[in-house]
Amino acid sequence: MSRWMGKMKALIMLGFVAIVLSACGKENLTALDPKGYGAEQAMDIMILSIIIMVAVFIIVMLVFTIALVKFREKKGQEDYIPKQVEGNHTLEIVWTGIPIILVLVLAVPTVISVFDLADTTDASSSLNVEVTGNQYWWHFNYEGEEIQTSQDLYIPVGEKVYLDIQASDVIHSFWVPTISGKMDANPENVNTMYIEAYEEGVYWGKCAELCGPSHSLMDFKIVAVSPEEFDAWVEDMKNVDPEQTPQNAVATEGQELFEANNCMACHAIGSSPVATGPNLTNYANRTKIAGILEPTTENLVDWLLDPETIKPGNKMTGNYPSLSEEEANSIAEYLMQLDHSDVTPESAGN
Amino acid sequence: MSIASTQNKGFGAILWDYLTTVDHKKIGNMYIAAGAFFFILGGIEALIIRIQLMAPENDFISAGLYNEMITMHGTTMIFLAATPILVGFMNAIMPLQIGARDVAFPFLNSLGFWLFLFGGIMLNLSWFLGGAPDAGWTAYTPLSTQSPGHGVDFYVMGLQLSGAGTLMGGINFLVTIVTMRAPGMTYMRMPLFTWTTFVASILILFAFPALTVGLFLLMFDRMFGSAFFDVALGGNSVIWQHLFWIFGHPEVYILILPAFGIFSEIFPVFAKKRLFGYSSMVFATFMIAFLGFMVWAHHMFTVGLGPVANAIFAVATMAIAVPTGIKIFNWLATMWGGSIRINSAMLWSLAFIPSFTIGGMTGVMLAASTADFQYHDTYFVVAHFHYVIVGGVVFGILAGLHYWWPKLFGKVLHEGMGKIAFWLFFIGFHLTFFIQHFLGLMGMPRRYWVFLENQGLDTGNLVSTIGAFLMALGSIVFVINVVYTTMKGEKASADPWGTGRTLEWAISSPAPEYNFKQLPLVRGLDPLWIEKMDGNVKMTPAEPLNDIHMPNGSILPLIMTIGFFIASLGFIYQVDSKAWLIVLYAGMAIALGCMLIRSLKDDHGFHIHKEDLEREAD
Repeated sequence: MSRWMGKMKALIMLGFVAIVLSACGKENLTALDPKGYGAEQAMDIMILSIIIMVAVFIIVMLVFTIALVKFREKKGQEDYIPKQVEGNHTLEIVWTGIPIILVLVLAVPTVISVFDLADTTDASSSLNVEVTGNQYWWHFNYEGEEIQTSQDLYIPVGEKVYLDIQASDVIHSFWVPTISGKMDANPENVNTMYIEAYEEGVYWGKCAELCGPSHSLMDFKIVAVSPEEFDAWVEDMKNVDPEQTPQNAVATEGQELFEANNCMACHAIGSSPVATGPNLTNYANRTKIAGILEPTTENLVDWLLDPETIKPGNKMTGNYPSLSEEEANSIAEYLMQLDHSDVTPESAGN
Repeated sequence: MSIASTQNKGFGAILWDYLTTVDHKKIGNMYIAAGAFFFILGGIEALIIRIQLMAPENDFISAGLYNEMITMHGTTMIFLAATPILVGFMNAIMPLQIGARDVAFPFLNSLGFWLFLFGGIMLNLSWFLGGAPDAGWTAYTPLSTQSPGHGVDFYVMGLQLSGAGTLMGGINFLVTIVTMRAPGMTYMRMPLFTWTTFVASILILFAFPALTVGLFLLMFDRMFGSAFFDVALGGNSVIWQHLFWIFGHPEVYILILPAFGIFSEIFPVFAKKRLFGYSSMVFATFMIAFLGFMVWAHHMFTVGLGPVANAIFAVATMAIAVPTGIKIFNWLATMWGGSIRINSAMLWSLAFIPSFTIGGMTGVMLAASTADFQYHDTYFVVAHFHYVIVGGVVFGILAGLHYWWPKLFGKVLHEGMGKIAFWLFFIGFHLTFFIQHFLGLMGMPRRYWVFLENQGLDTGNLVSTIGAFLMALGSIVFVINVVYTTMKGEKASADPWGTGRTLEWAISSPAPEYNFKQLPLVRGLDPLWIEKMDGNVKMTPAEPLNDIHMPNGSILPLIMTIGFFIASLGFIYQVDSKAWLIVLYAGMAIALGCMLIRSLKDDHGFHIHKEDLEREAD
């Protein structure tokens, strides 16, 4: 008996230690430290449900433990026959009735928030962004503005932003835990949801629906900046000159290689309907290379030379002429000079 | 032909006996053995997954292989391990509990087993024939329709075969329970395991056809160029999710209800007290089954079905907590006032209560669809369903194995090793999965081949991997226990626990071929207990000793299954070359030929004569 209890206690302690050690997870990735409207709504329901559940669990464990201690067969009781009780109507009503009440306590706020989060009445007066999930990257098209980006979604803080989410190939799911719950990107329909970030910051986004080998590498970011910075970013993005001459000879060679190798067939620079591959506008200010690597020229060279190792199953592998290290370096140099805005992830306090 | 005489037979004869048997007990044992084999296979896949996730950005296995691993782990554990082991229990125990001599359709029973086994083999053949399915055990379209190679084809054909087997089993159990109960065994005197078998069979009957239809559509899309799920050609990929979960959610209850039944047998026996609130337990079982069909879209809250659907399915899902709570409290009340003896079977049952309560509660949390937007497709969900499936179903299976081992194999499993296995597995289980709730909320989606560095996910994943190895150790100790008991264990008596209450404990261990020499007269719930309390040594017979009519064994089910198996390979490979159509037709010819023989050839069975029965000791 005591052994059983000891093990249980040790287990619970271990659980607590583990929780304290890992705290709430990484800031701007965890859902446990919400900084957006949807995440906050989810957190409220989560806390309410945890309170109810922990209370029920304590009651169950209390009865369980007392029954186990009090009614354990003792030595010399081997032939003892306990009273054979058929049941008890009052008890049945109690343990049917109370759970029904508890379920209602949870159900009502849940239903209210479900409808609240699905309310899209002010979509027309807000910023709308088309979000497209692709194997294995995200495309963002600012509706009504001639702006397309990939991987980094810039939004103004404190404003509702409507996302029209869909997929170009298989199902993906758009999830930025700290800002909002997830929404699937389906190939057949557009799912609309809104997000609102409370604080400036760069928030981690993840694909949450199995979409192929590199499902776990399909990261993206939300860059939430002040409304003024956002307006400035929009202005910059609208006035990108795709033909701008790079600052040095290496980059200029890179630009030529970029054109010679027909990279633009998939990758647009500046506003363009081309979305076969990520739009590379403002590439110098990307938070990550290919969604996952630190934004350094070396990493970009590695990516250009061998994308398959970095992101298995990606659609770029084998679809461009093989590059020498020098060529890759020139292209990387060129891309890393595509600095089209002064509003960067740093502006969001990254 | 008694059990004793089979031991004198050569290996070939024993093999032939098992290949042709229509005896529900032997088929039950084969289900359990095959299920255990697939459980070990699925367990190894789980360990490979956990090794890959031991450290950030690990490269133990490649991304593609990882997706094959998670797909096969899930598919194997659900379809080839948990379901068949429970079907094995239903087969081996339920007829004994209702006082029947076999199931209603022994031939069909054998066919069902072979279809399941060859379905499982088909699925696992994919490892050797160009790669396993890699679209997840849920095989969401269009990922599954676009998946290159034949992996998903093996998934489709393998599940189609084993699904047909399960469907046959369900129908068989329903008919058996409705028509073959012993005199006096009214519905409301049936043991809870028989009740849960009955209700789970109803679920099988209504849920598996949805899977069958889904798999057929997927099969035509992949092999014959249709476009049910192809958006570009006017299809719809979300329909697959509906079909899959209309099957998939009841499947959870097909697994958990029989486990509930096992616990409802064990608590009264080892608390020496009648099951508290029998009728409300039966009622709760039906409620869970009924509601189980109303909640499939809670797997699809993020699909974009809209707030009305999400709200309805959220509330319906929460409602399931009520009958489940009734069950938990009735088990507690059964123990309350009893005289609780703790052995391995009871340990697994006791451990089930806190473990499953956690799983049930996270289920209610998941039902709150607003919060589910965060939980969905993360490790929170992984933690939840492992608490339900392992903490409920696997604990139930292990409790049932310890409890019924003497009735199945004639020996009692070693207690000491049983307890060691329990503690290793139990601690390992909580270590593996409790932390995963937090990993999910900290931003780790499920089915992630790697998690990146500096995301605060390292410690949790390492703890989880350590736990998985403890579970593996526990499983190994259990296997050693089985081997040891088989070699060294002593022969068990008819009622080795001394406090057996139901009819299976009234006959020798293991049960004789014909189960009951004379069908017993049932005088109430827990019939054996009633006789014991009245001072009777054994059940009162309801009929004079007579010749017993037995069905003949048959090799046809196996050959028929092999026919379907060959045809399935034909279906898969005719995509590459039309020459494979010959294989397809040949396989179908074998299967249909067997059906024809079965239909035309009369088989009247045989009789065990009264005189032989009299000679056999009790």
